[in-house]
Amino acid sequence: MNRRLWGLFALLLLSCAFYMLWGVRAPWSFVLPFRGVKLGALILVGCTVSTASLLFQTITQNRILTPSIMGFDALYLLLLSGAVFWLGGMTVAGARPQIVFLVTASALIIASLLLFGTLMRSVRGDLLRMVLTGIIFGALFRSLTSFLERMIDPNEFAVVQAASFARFTQIETDLLALSACISGITLLRCWAIRHRLDVLALGRDTATSLGEPPRRLELEGLILIAILVSVSTALVGPLAFLGLLVLSLARLVTPSEKHAILIPSAGLIAAITLVGGQAVMEHVMALSTPLVVVIDLLGGAVFLALLLKGSGR
Amino acid sequence: MISIQGVSHAIGGKRILNDVTTQIAQGGITALIGPNGAGKSTLLSLIARLEPLQTGRILVDALEIGACSDQVLAQHLSILPQMADHTPRLTVKELVGFGRYPYNRGRPTAQDDAKVAQALDMFGLNLFAGRTLDTLSGGQKQRAHIAMIFAQDTDYVLLDEPLNNLDIAAGRSLMKTLQSMCADHRKTIVIVLHDINVASRYADHIIAMRDGSVIKQGRPAEIVDSSLLQDVFETDAPVVKVEGTNLVLM
Ligand SMILES: Nc1ncnc2c1ncn2[C@@H]1O[C@H](COP(=O)(O)OP(=O)(O)OP(=O)(O)O)[C@@H](O)[C@H]1O
Ligand SMILES: [Mg+2]
Repeated sequence: MNRRLWGLFALLLLSCAFYMLWGVRAPWSFVLPFRGVKLGALILVGCTVSTASLLFQTITQNRILTPSIMGFDALYLLLLSGAVFWLGGMTVAGARPQIVFLVTASALIIASLLLFGTLMRSVRGDLLRMVLTGIIFGALFRSLTSFLERMIDPNEFAVVQAASFARFTQIETDLLALSACISGITLLRCWAIRHRLDVLALGRDTATSLGEPPRRLELEGLILIAILVSVSTALVGPLAFLGLLVLSLARLVTPSEKHAILIPSAGLIAAITLVGGQAVMEHVMALSTPLVVVIDLLGGAVFLALLLKGSGR
Repeated sequence: MISIQGVSHAIGGKRILNDVTTQIAQGGITALIGPNGAGKSTLLSLIARLEPLQTGRILVDALEIGACSDQVLAQHLSILPQMADHTPRLTVKELVGFGRYPYNRGRPTAQDDAKVAQALDMFGLNLFAGRTLDTLSGGQKQRAHIAMIFAQDTDYVLLDEPLNNLDIAAGRSLMKTLQSMCADHRKTIVIVLHDINVASRYADHIIAMRDGSVIKQGRPAEIVDSSLLQDVFETDAPVVKVEGTNLVLM
């Protein structure tokens, strides 16, 4: 298993080299920092999306749902338009992106504890009801967002508009340093609770009887997920099926139930997918197809296959 | 000793346990018997804090359920629920290894490995150790879950119908294992049994429940008779004595 993780790591290094060094025409001193920042953002997004999805699947005890499928990203965008609306009204020149990000992320933590904390207790174990709830939430959040967008000042509308679509070419680099710090701490916390997550994955009764009561861990997990989703959505926008795709791949490449294996494996696979995919798109295909389309196509197919096969657990 | 004091429980306005007060002495096998829906599983879940207590108190030695630390309790008391959670993709060995979690918090030592090996051996699971649970038969799965409880090595063990799915040989060997755990290691085992004859033959003490209350309790030789069957199950089967054990003729 460790050899496979090292193999994935080597593959990631290769994709990074490909992304950084291929077809450099402008002076190196300009290209390397320019590409380096985007590379960092892609890797960060890969780690946050994959870990948030893994955590969510462990907490909800299924292998099909991810935060984006349940509408976390859409909720982030709704809160973002709310924050822009509110903060934009207060300041003249518009709020700084860092402040907007922090306000939105905190709102997402509270909102997801309220919404998903109660929801998960009532529909737990009923996959179809969870999927339906996710679809309804997503649609509801999106229509509320477009309603708010209409009320926002046109100048500020651009902020929300840009965030509402997944994009890897224009990454929100203003936020990179801040979100790297925040998600670094969050990911370390996820790593620290990896053994407790293994026990939680055994089911609520077994976890309780092994001395790991699920309630507190589930709430902490929701907070960690909300932070991670905020980071990735703020940086590159909503990514519907990336989490599901990389988790399915991780379970194929490193078949294990241990979070000590799955967290790094899914993170590496997500980073490889994003960096390698973006390198191919930018350097080889000259951006003729956005990477998101390919990822969502593949991820969507995996989602359907899992749902139809009924292998929710 | 497990001391249950004035425990009542209701779900959705429906009374499931009615002011249950009883004590389960330390050492030996105590069998809980009673018809379907009597509240046996509910009582066990309350003792093992799988459900929060609504009224009353439960003490396991000096540990008060609901107040004591979860980790400490997990080193003293374990439970096999009636419907064990299913975790299809774990191997048998990994599952049994989780029994050591209350002691090692996920970082197994050599001593833990030895306990796991002993548990696999005890329940005849060596051949299946590397197989995932979804490739096993119902009885093999049940044995793997019991082996995990065994590896947890607690003073108190609660088992909810562990004989489900077991063939006669596995069932007898489980009951004998439980007896020797009590004799050699002073364990206290509380077990829900549907076959009153198994209770009569292997248990040291029987607690009979009906409609959320304890109706009768005592040593099998003293309480297993036609009136018990009449009071608890409302059936009038004859009871005969064979080699000192009271047996019910189906
Ligand atoms: N979640 C629940 N919601 C509503 N009623 C419940 C719930 N769980 C149990 N009950 C009810 O509580 C009563 C006792 O259930 P319990 O599972 O404790 O019985 P039991 O003695 O273990 O029965 P069995 O021998 O069939 O396992 C039953 O009447 C049952 O219908
Ligand atoms: Mg029961």
